Amino acid sequence: MTRKQKRLSVIVAGLAFLAAAAGLTFYALGQKASYFYMPAELATASVPPGQRIRLGGLVEKGTVVRGSGATVAFSVTDTQKSVKVTYTGILPDLFREGQGVITEGAFGPDGVFVADSVLAKHDERYMPKEVADGLKAKGIWVESKSQ
Amino acid sequence: MVETGHFALVLAFALSLVQMLVPLVGARTGNQRLMAVGGPVTVTGFALTALSFAALAGAYAGSDFSVANVWENSHSLQPMIYKITGTWGNHEGSMLLWVLILTFFGALVAVFGNNLPATLKANVLAVQGMIGAAFFLFILTTSNPFIRLNPAPVEGRDLNPVLQDLGLAIHPPLLYLGYVGFSICFSFSVAALIEGRIDASWARWVRPWTLVAWMFLTGGIAMGSYWAYYELGWGGFWFWDPVENASFMPWLAGTALLHSAIVMEKRSALKIWTLLLAILTFSLSLLGTFLVRSGVLTSVHAFATDPARGVFILCILTLFIGGSLALFALRASSLTAGGLFHPISREGALVLNNLFLTTATATVLVGTLYPLALEALTGGKISVGAPFFDLTFGPLMLPLLAIVPFGPLLAWKRGDVIAASQRLMAAFAVAVAAMLVTGLFINGASVFAALGVGLAVWLVAGALTDLAVKSGAGSVAPAVMLRRFAGLPRSVFGTALAHLGLGLTLLGIVGTLCFGTERILTMRPGETVELSGHSLRFEGLFPQKGPNFTEDRARFLLIGADGNAKGEISSAKRFFQARQTATTESGIRTLGLSQLYLSLGDEGNDGSVVVRLWWKPLVTLIWGGALVMMAGVAMSLADRRLRVGAPARRRKPAAALASPT
Repeated sequence: MTRKQKRLSVIVAGLAFLAAAAGLTFYALGQKASYFYMPAELATASVPPGQRIRLGGLVEKGTVVRGSGATVAFSVTDTQKSVKVTYTGILPDLFREGQGVITEGAFGPDGVFVADSVLAKHDERYMPKEVADGLKAKGIWVESKSQ
Repeated sequence: MVETGHFALVLAFALSLVQMLVPLVGARTGNQRLMAVGGPVTVTGFALTALSFAALAGAYAGSDFSVANVWENSHSLQPMIYKITGTWGNHEGSMLLWVLILTFFGALVAVFGNNLPATLKANVLAVQGMIGAAFFLFILTTSNPFIRLNPAPVEGRDLNPVLQDLGLAIHPPLLYLGYVGFSICFSFSVAALIEGRIDASWARWVRPWTLVAWMFLTGGIAMGSYWAYYELGWGGFWFWDPVENASFMPWLAGTALLHSAIVMEKRSALKIWTLLLAILTFSLSLLGTFLVRSGVLTSVHAFATDPARGVFILCILTLFIGGSLALFALRASSLTAGGLFHPISREGALVLNNLFLTTATATVLVGTLYPLALEALTGGKISVGAPFFDLTFGPLMLPLLAIVPFGPLLAWKRGDVIAASQRLMAAFAVAVAAMLVTGLFINGASVFAALGVGLAVWLVAGALTDLAVKSGAGSVAPAVMLRRFAGLPRSVFGTALAHLGLGLTLLGIVGTLCFGTERILTMRPGETVELSGHSLRFEGLFPQKGPNFTEDRARFLLIGADGNAKGEISSAKRFFQARQTATTESGIRTLGLSQLYLSLGDEGNDGSVVVRLWWKPLVTLIWGGALVMMAGVAMSLADRRLRVGAPARRRKPAAALASPT
């Protein structure tokens, strides 16, 4: 091979490698990123059982039931619709009734959302940002000017 | 004192303007006296920034709540250590720490850079001055920590409880030493572009700075990971969180830079690529600063409605990344290309390393920025987490790790893969043996787990093979070999240690992910739980009082096989009055290289408590491996060739170093 051909083959191999990596990245973005929904949005979006999503909203007052062992059932609401959630594990320190929460998991065949993680990661107003944005968009929650 | 600090900061900003303009003009016009201004100005700027930082730290130590920043982030009952670390536990203070480290590194170049060509030194200091000026202006206009409150509040609002921890206290300084350390590599690159040439002293300076920055960044990331592991109570060591990715991207690019700088120094090849990589690495450091400091991660909307800080950093980002890349596009063609080499050679292996690492950096970049871009453009909200990175980052890392042991065994210029493979036969046999033992004799081991253990052992054995081969194993008498081993250059030990540390970290990750066990259960006092051969007895909950919190501490006794107690593990729920927030302190006991990890959930009315218990085999190796990598880099730094200030043995005559203009 001449020097030019050699250089060309190295460049082609490099580009093929990058193209493969880019393809994989975009495939993974389509398949592995989990979308965020609030309960009312689930009525219009069809989410099949088993597909991983993130469900956010407020923990509905009076719905938290501690079952046997470490299993907890509660409802997540955006004041229009609510969704039943079960979770086995330790709830975060900031998990409280009436406050914002994000759960990640998938719907079971019975329509109950089985969460494998519950986040109450928050800013100083105890509201996860997706939940705060969602509630603001619905006009349910108005950001107070004072801190 | 606080006003002195404020005034010193303004003066430091003014000096950074001088530092950015005068030496640059001097280098352009060949004026020695103008160029010589750079050094003293840089050192004075550092002294003023240090004074400013000390003033703020003093206000924190003395709980001066008339300073708004202190009031927001401190409390008079806080232990002294957290009062002081609170100085950088907030946005304003951490930016001040950022510029303190920036001016410190600039001052190091000014003081120890006497063996640099005068124009190069002047240009480097000027570029450092530009970065400094931008950040000083940012602090003074949008993030001033010295603003007073009138009337002064009596009590402060306390430091965020999760930050009241020694691990997090030293995490930001280490991380910033890493981020900002790369600014020197960036300044050297831009200076080389301004001059339009790269000479020998460029590589001799950039390589040790890369090593130093990389070492601190590794320490910072490892520290942050360990902090998240024990403080957040989820038992995880890496979450692919955007904040973590922000520090991981410069680390990956910096690792690539570390390797290409070797080629550049030893063979003066890959010059232009190394220069570009230095620019990209610091650009990613700036991007990391932007992501964490602009508030864009907390909420894209908050960023849009209160844009002062975010837009300012975005401008800095655009200016420096855009400016340096534009300069690169203009000038790169005038730089002379380096030597040629065969694809199968040490250089070739390092190019492959760079290809994998930069591509991996790109996938992390896409995974981090795509959700932000999508939300800004369409309002759709997605989260990109472990499943995405397992599919993209994982497949890139596996082949890279598999070829690591070959690199150091290939010769420069033209290597021999077959000879290298023969030398690695023993290491390969050990790795396969480890894989078979894991797969056949450990209960519940998956194929993936066996492969992971095999790969980790392959890395460790490969690193040891490198040392053995270079000491002449198999061809010389043991006594000679020992003497040769002792006489090996320290950078050879450095490489071997760093690769060995990588293997240990991988072993820790595989051990924890594939062989870890966990249980969640409700326990009453006196009950015993069994996990992976360890018995724990719950003794009960005991209320306690700390300096600025109250806690319920749950005590557990570790029971040995003979029924006697071997030790205690305790975990607590803490409540901080000032912020009305609760945190969970996990209980950890290290047994050999593994850990028993325990976290508390809700308390029942009858003294029972929900307990989550993990057995994490080999987990300490994750961070232990990082320490070994850092030790390797420290070893390389101690190599005489790289010692800053050591007389250069092959220094070019002074005439060749003079500016071409």
